[in-house]
Amino acid sequence: MIAESYSLFKKDFHSELRTRYAINSLAMFIIVAISVILFSIGNETISSSLTGGLFWVVIFFTAMSGLARAFVSEEERGTTLTLQLIASPSTVFSGKLIFNMILVFSMNFIIAIIYSALFENFIVQNFSLFLVTFVLGNIGLAVASTIIAAIIAKAGAKGTLYPVLSFPILLPLILTCVQLTLFSFDGTSFEESKFELAIVVGYDVIMLTASYMLFDFIWKD
Amino acid sequence: MSSYSIQSQNLSKLFGRRLIFKEINFIWSEKGIFGISGPNGSGKSTLVKIVAGLIAASSGKIIHKNSEEEIIPEKLHNHIGFVSPYLVLYEEFSAWENLKIFSKIRGVPFEAERILFYLKKFLLDTRKDDLVKTYSSGMKQRMKFIFALMHSPEVLIFDEPTSNLDEEGKKAVYEIVREEGKSKIVVIASNETRDLELCSEVLLLEKFK
Amino acid sequence: MAWKIFLFILLAFVSIAGIAFPIVEKPSTWYEFPFIPGLEENAKIIFFHVPTAWLTVIAFLLSTVFSFRYLRSKNLDDDAKAYSAAQLGMVFCILATVTGAVWSKFAWGQYWSWDPRQTSIFAVLLIYGALFALRSSIESEDKRATLSAVYSMIAFVTVPFFIFIMPRIMKGLHPGSADDTNAGPIVDFKMNSNMQLIFFLSMIGFTILFFWMWRVGYRSIIIKDKINKQLTGHSAG
Repeated sequence: MIAESYSLFKKDFHSELRTRYAINSLAMFIIVAISVILFSIGNETISSSLTGGLFWVVIFFTAMSGLARAFVSEEERGTTLTLQLIASPSTVFSGKLIFNMILVFSMNFIIAIIYSALFENFIVQNFSLFLVTFVLGNIGLAVASTIIAAIIAKAGAKGTLYPVLSFPILLPLILTCVQLTLFSFDGTSFEESKFELAIVVGYDVIMLTASYMLFDFIWKD
Repeated sequence: MSSYSIQSQNLSKLFGRRLIFKEINFIWSEKGIFGISGPNGSGKSTLVKIVAGLIAASSGKIIHKNSEEEIIPEKLHNHIGFVSPYLVLYEEFSAWENLKIFSKIRGVPFEAERILFYLKKFLLDTRKDDLVKTYSSGMKQRMKFIFALMHSPEVLIFDEPTSNLDEEGKKAVYEIVREEGKSKIVVIASNETRDLELCSEVLLLEKFK
Repeated sequence: MAWKIFLFILLAFVSIAGIAFPIVEKPSTWYEFPFIPGLEENAKIIFFHVPTAWLTVIAFLLSTVFSFRYLRSKNLDDDAKAYSAAQLGMVFCILATVTGAVWSKFAWGQYWSWDPRQTSIFAVLLIYGALFALRSSIESEDKRATLSAVYSMIAFVTVPFFIFIMPRIMKGLHPGSADDTNAGPIVDFKMNSNMQLIFFLSMIGFTILFFWMWRVGYRSIIIKDKINKQLTGHSAG
């Protein structure tokens, strides 16, 4: 099943390379979002806790801008039926999840780089904690965003509905990741962050399990 | 020749509280051409989609068996070839690329020679590297047949196979249906008399309301 | 009919008792409440705030249970039950948030302070809002029922995070939060037996009220549905 999911991912990847719909608009979105924040701050220096929070705000909205595409593009072009005929539901979900994971990691990597360059108080003291938070948080973000994308792809008003549905589901993850990011700024040790890390790991595992079990119901009409 | 069978047990479908059909029973085995007919909106497409495992029934069962072993829904897709007017291929890729992608995602080996044979048979081999976006509707329809046949499924399901086709196109389709019906289970959903003439059995949906 | 009258009397008694009984240092009669340090006069809202928060949880649970049942049975009646529970859940959630905010103003000085419990109830409000937005954007009944059921289940999975885990790790003002040494008037039984009685009567009364409203709610949805079908000429076999 992994080979088939990977092939589905490659299909989406090559399709993206050819048409470049998502990459261009996502890159622009990141620039616009960060610019808006920079303009609203002006010359003020914002605290590290505010910077940490804003970091995840941009991550959230960028995810909302780009992760629905995996399913919405199939629905809009009518190729959902085609996919149903060539792959089992778990293959489809896995393939789309791989695509969204790669997308999330790439986008957030860029956002992190830009933040460390442009925001004075984006200073990471405990780098390994930051890295672990980054990886675990991105996984959770990708999983939750993918299953919600599958839901809204079948509804109307997709664009506005996506953040509305995703936000409550992502809230525990985002709150904990912001907390962990601030810990990594402060230089808090792994030991002291154990509980929060456990929450994120728990979230990832639970979301992944729930998504696989529920995807069948969404996918089959 | 396959020992494949499709059995329907008291199959019923409701959309919301609206009844589409109820208590359909049939058994189709090994080979043959089977028809489903009824006026527009009677549920033909719905029934074939249930047979193909694309939609779930509201009650009752549809059982696919290969050599007496039941096939679970997750593994059903490679046993079925499906053609319909509302099927869409990936237009940003060429015919060749589309077929390669389908093989890989199905997890079925891509036999280049066999695919070339089909492309030649359906007169698409000269255009195989052109993007499907540039194809005429007749060419796209022919592509769909290749899509349905390439993985050697035991079951072929054709929903309105001759819609939008000219006389020559229709003849070509009938030839394929007759040929494949000798070794596979072919299901045709249509209300064209000529389509249904090929069938050994026809299910009249009107009777199941 | 008799039980509706009983319910009316019960809730009327609870409301009057909850609001009117005075709070004194040393209660000497059955209609006086004790003075609880930290809560003082505003303790009375406990008779209304806690039941509404409790009902939000019950409604959420019911909505999830019937969503799950719908996914297995595909029977639209289960969807009607889940939806009716969600509607009531929204109402009680708003009431809980508002009564909570009012209490917060009097006890802690401001209406809102992002205490983890407050954040959680707000998240539940967002979940309900999202659910209704989702439902109104889908025309097909089957699809609407299936997708809202799936969303409810996903939302349900995130709820344990809000209820149990976050209050433990985040500092908060609510009784029972990480830095609160006081476990709260209910657990500690700082209420005397009169207060406890009124409190439990309130919980029972509101719970019965909820189930009654829920039943009326889902039955009216189902009947309205069936009438619509009759009028447009389709009917289930």
